[in-house]
Amino acid sequence: MNSRLPLRARVALYGVICLLAVPFVFPTWWMITSSFKPVADIFAFPPSLFPDDLSFSAYRRVFELQPFARQYFNSAYIAAVVTVGTLAVSALAGYAFARIRFRGQQFLFLVVLVGLLIPSEVTIVPLFQLFNSVGLVDTHWPLILVPMLGAPSVLATFIMRQFFITLPAELEEAARVDGLGRLATFWRIALPLARPALGAVAIFTFLHSWNLYLEPIVFLSSPEKFTLPQALTQFVDAYGGPMWDVQLSAASMTALPVLVVFVLAQRQFIEGLAHTGLKG
Amino acid sequence: MPVLTDDAAGRVDTRPAPGENPPQRRAWWTSRRRDQLAGLLFVTPQLVGTALFVLLPLGLVVWYSLHEWNVLADTFDFVGTDNYRKLVDDPNLPSVLRSTAYFSVGLVVLNLGLALLLAVLLNQKLRGTVVFRTLFFSPVVVSLVAWTIVWGFLLQDNGGVNGVAGMVGADGPNWLRGEWTAMLSVIVVQVVKNVGLNMVLFLAALQGVPAELYEAARVEGASRWTQFRRITVPLISPTILLTSIITVAGALQVFAQIAVLTQGGPGTSTTVLVYYLYQQAFQFHQFGYGSTLSVLLFAIVLTLTVVQWRMRRRWVFHEQ
Repeated sequence: MNSRLPLRARVALYGVICLLAVPFVFPTWWMITSSFKPVADIFAFPPSLFPDDLSFSAYRRVFELQPFARQYFNSAYIAAVVTVGTLAVSALAGYAFARIRFRGQQFLFLVVLVGLLIPSEVTIVPLFQLFNSVGLVDTHWPLILVPMLGAPSVLATFIMRQFFITLPAELEEAARVDGLGRLATFWRIALPLARPALGAVAIFTFLHSWNLYLEPIVFLSSPEKFTLPQALTQFVDAYGGPMWDVQLSAASMTALPVLVVFVLAQRQFIEGLAHTGLKG
Repeated sequence: MPVLTDDAAGRVDTRPAPGENPPQRRAWWTSRRRDQLAGLLFVTPQLVGTALFVLLPLGLVVWYSLHEWNVLADTFDFVGTDNYRKLVDDPNLPSVLRSTAYFSVGLVVLNLGLALLLAVLLNQKLRGTVVFRTLFFSPVVVSLVAWTIVWGFLLQDNGGVNGVAGMVGADGPNWLRGEWTAMLSVIVVQVVKNVGLNMVLFLAALQGVPAELYEAARVEGASRWTQFRRITVPLISPTILLTSIITVAGALQVFAQIAVLTQGGPGTSTTVLVYYLYQQAFQFHQFGYGSTLSVLLFAIVLTLTVVQWRMRRRWVFHEQ
């Protein structure tokens, strides 16, 4: 690396960056290591960076106190269905808005864009009422249908449209000459090229669903239907105080898998989001 | 003349050469009609979803806001603008709006400022910036409630933050129990969680600034600060606008952090609008008044988006 910075400036820069990194890294580190410590050691200061001896008792209690495996499965399958569904809905709509000329296109696009202006918090009361009136409260349907088709998917459609607009028109002419219909052109030519945009949308959508908190606590009431964020806050003792060791174990299990995937694929994650996710 | 070419299979290509008219067929099933159908079919799921889960609820929330509706008491009476009068007279409203404003302004300023600082630091020619980029970004992928729970622990009176404060001889406050420290805590926790996203967007923008401009500025003897103000900021202003729109919208939606860290307290000092809405509708079962608060939230989001979008003309250096 050919650096123009003098050594002292470089050392100072590293110092500043390392110091700034502490609040970003330490909480996660501390969460994971503390989840293996006995309760008394969690409160020790300064905290030990590694647990003295591994204790799995808090992990065992996570599963005893709540149907945590079931809740884990709920969050995972809801996020998976929402991600796949959003990809399908947004890729189709984004492609049509970008590449097909049809009457009413601009008007319909404006209608869809209204969704960008309406945070789901604004419509939570009528959505609750709507799902209540068809008997779908305390089911996972609201957590699947609304993100997949409602306001959150509009952002995805917008991103896909911005991406498809950049594809060269010759591709489609070539496809047409080869006798491909619209659906085949979309499926066999446009979609494979859209992998970076699809990746960015998938990451956004998955994280959004995985983190959803207001909707689950509004819609769900039976513990075996809870999702993870909701379940994490339920580990409290008889006085309503949090059971820290159990909460930290459950939180670690919630955070770790996503974190591992992120570390393994950090380049695709970050550059995908930066370059295709939100440009334009 | 049609171009006649034999392909490998011995078939004859009789398609018209480019520029020649295709044979005039008055078919009803033209490619334009086919595109019309394909276009409509492709956008149907999104349109149905928008109609059902965005537009219909938006209409309903306005309609509900004109009703006295207590779910427990099972009342649903049309009361006209009574709820809006109640809103204006609501003794909690000034505090709620103040909290919402504090949170949003604090979050946006801290988030964009820190994101830009981190992006500039990581854009220097240093070894290991990719590793640091990953570290600063990592809270974005940590589950929101998990992240908030950990900070809730660290911010306790005897928690890690005050432990660090004690090491430098300071006596830290009970962060989540003091009025303004509670708000500050919620803001900082949220900034650290999400600043990586804006940092990454700024980094991409910074890498798009041509190096020759800095070269030229250095020849002219411009200081680093002048270069930053006169070259960097104008050239990345479209990204500043984009990130500020996203961050403002996100700030107005904050809920989980407050529900987990402070439950709106102490008093009502961290009760932002969404949290107040949730309390009224789902804890006090006032669906009518909750809807009125939703309309207010929508009006605020709409106004801010329009204002920011208008500002782009004066602010943003160039747009394509």
